[in-house]
Amino acid sequence: MFQNALRTSVSLSLYRSTVSSCLRSQTFRRFLSQESRTKIQAAVTEYPVVLFMKGNPEQPMCGFSRGVVKILSAFDIPPEKFKTYNVLEDLELRTGIKEFSEWPTIPQLYVNGEFVGGSDIALSMFQSGELETLLEQHGVIPKASESPS
Amino acid sequence: MPVTIEDLERAIRAAFPVSHLDIEDQSSGCGSSYAILLVSEAFEGKTTLARHRLINQALKQEISQLHAFSQKSFTPAQYAAHQAKSG
Repeated sequence: MFQNALRTSVSLSLYRSTVSSCLRSQTFRRFLSQESRTKIQAAVTEYPVVLFMKGNPEQPMCGFSRGVVKILSAFDIPPEKFKTYNVLEDLELRTGIKEFSEWPTIPQLYVNGEFVGGSDIALSMFQSGELETLLEQHGVIPKASESPS
Repeated sequence: MPVTIEDLERAIRAAFPVSHLDIEDQSSGCGSSYAILLVSEAFEGKTTLARHRLINQALKQEISQLHAFSQKSFTPAQYAAHQAKSG
């Protein structure tokens, strides 16, 4: 009698762990809770320019993050239009932002609530002039023709 | 097991028509940080962000095991222009 019960419970737990590992890969996206998603959504729209980075502008903790900070500093963005988040201080944010943006790496740059890219994209847009145009378009910096000569 | 250049190359060639491909191990042989340069006609008409997302998707598994990953993407025409400029 007991033998039967044991066999059933072992096979049941095996079944459960197989099902849950399949489910895990399919439900990976839902690991970002609605609450986290809402918080991140609010964060990326709160300021015109939002950067998720490692460290902060005064002390970046990664070469790629430092690179984006340097690029942005070339534009004289008013401090009230720019916000950074240190993902090293917030593990939930660190994984959450990768899910939210569907982007695997940090840093991540947002302009007016829209994901622009990581450090490679920021650098190539900077070199091509696209980044300046983007910032001007969104009123983050004055258009070149408007600045005093 | 660390990701090797062969792993990356295999995944890229399986997902894209490749005109030119450079993969550099930036972690001094540790296999934890790579920079790739991919020239492919699959990038025609796509924004930089769209191209990077395509590569991210194709290399999803590999990237998740890396510490760092950077990429440059060109269409064949863009790459030729790029070479001409720096050559």
